[in-house]
Amino acid sequence: MRILGLYNYWVFVFLMMVGFYILISRRNLVKKILGLNIFQTSVFIFYISMGKIIGGTAPILVEGEGEVVYSNPLPSVLILTAIVVGVSTTAVALSLVVRIKEAYGTIEGDEITAMDNEMPPP
Amino acid sequence: MSDQVILRVATKIIVPTILLYALYVQFHGDFGPGGGFQAGVIFAAGIILYSLVFGLRRTQKVLPSWVARLAASTGVLIYAGTGVVALLKGGKFLDYSVLAHDPEHGQHLGILFVEIGVMITVLGVMITIFYFFAARGREDL
Amino acid sequence: MEILVDFALLALLAVTAMAVVRVTNLFAAVMFAGIYSFLSACLFTVMDAVDVAFTEAAVGAGISTVLMLATLALVGSKVTTPQFRITAMSTKVPPRRPIFPLFVVLVTGGILVYGTLDMPPYGNPDDPVHNHVAPHYLEESGHEIGVPNVVTSVLASYRGYDTMGETTVVFTAAVGVMILLSSLRGRDTYGQEAWGDEKVQDLDVGFVDAFGEEMDAPSPKVGRRKKRKRRKKGGRG
Repeated sequence: MRILGLYNYWVFVFLMMVGFYILISRRNLVKKILGLNIFQTSVFIFYISMGKIIGGTAPILVEGEGEVVYSNPLPSVLILTAIVVGVSTTAVALSLVVRIKEAYGTIEGDEITAMDNEMPPP
Repeated sequence: MSDQVILRVATKIIVPTILLYALYVQFHGDFGPGGGFQAGVIFAAGIILYSLVFGLRRTQKVLPSWVARLAASTGVLIYAGTGVVALLKGGKFLDYSVLAHDPEHGQHLGILFVEIGVMITVLGVMITIFYFFAARGREDL
Repeated sequence: MEILVDFALLALLAVTAMAVVRVTNLFAAVMFAGIYSFLSACLFTVMDAVDVAFTEAAVGAGISTVLMLATLALVGSKVTTPQFRITAMSTKVPPRRPIFPLFVVLVTGGILVYGTLDMPPYGNPDDPVHNHVAPHYLEESGHEIGVPNVVTSVLASYRGYDTMGETTVVFTAAVGVMILLSSLRGRDTYGQEAWGDEKVQDLDVGFVDAFGEEMDAPSPKVGRRKKRKRRKKGGRG
């Protein structure tokens, strides 16, 4: 089990770093938003993997039958909230991208900075 | 896309099933996986599928924009309203035990109202955001 | 047997994330992100978090992908590199050198991997996370609330404040999108928008056709051979 746990956490670190890399190195704004999504989802995977009990079942109470081992419901609750907040952030970010495209004509970060540096602000 | 026969017929069969499934998920969220968020998102996905196949104008006759906006705020009102009703009945804010004659029935009632509020808000919000994205820059909408 | 499923899903997730980094066509990148969300929903199911899997599949692979595709329809789906852009600007656009981000990412990843060596064993019932509030919820929820799904009872009753805050956040997102995308003007060019000069069109009048008539394409009637005269429909996008 130790190797499964370590593999799990290391894949989570890899996914989080891939998302982080997309966020800071790519210049296209929509790609940055995709990187943010990957980053957020990897953190959810980490949380949920902490709530799992080997040999447990989903936390829905069953009638009778003596001892049943349930997995932890608490990380699920927190991550439900986090998923919905994540999609809200994505929606507002995408509408900002649409406005930027209409105002500047491009969604590449370096072109936007160059345009801002060239034209003096009114 | 409504000139493709297969898409049209299949959508007419599938969309009511999707909406019914959303209601199933909402009301069986107490006994299995499910609840308000999932139900609201599935309902919105059904409406979005309808609008992808039949066009935004026809969808806005089915579910006008003002209804979606009203739904978004009504859900939050229902949620906060449940808390205030609990206050008026003598308990704490969002303390469902005082809503009925028996604490356990009060909890059931409170959870029912709260999940309905969440579902209505989420479906209103998702549909509103989709309408605003889809109608951007089109002067005929 | 579960271990194999875990291994396979995590490996597929890593491959999909790398694919999102490498592709240049944004449409393909959005599709890969949808696959990523769906694979993580499968992983959540294997880890016994069924409510979360449901929500992630519906929200991540459904709504999020649809919104990104709607944005791509408005914005364009190619990622252009500096050498292929025609710019009439005087400032030089520097070529991309991702050495520094790569270095930052490797250092942060190394520190995190060093941190995970201290984590408690995976799946052990004696972990600290399973020992404080969670047993109370599992034991008391049966007779205090009487709802079989413990996640629903915790979400709606024990932690009802958080859920109210979350509903308000979702509502605020709708308000934010409405503010940003409300003026139906469409295309601005850079520098020509005078602040305070906007005409924000009334939302109700703008959405419904002023004549109230059907403007979609006529549905073909099966068997009809006559050619119909197509009216010129003005203003269709």
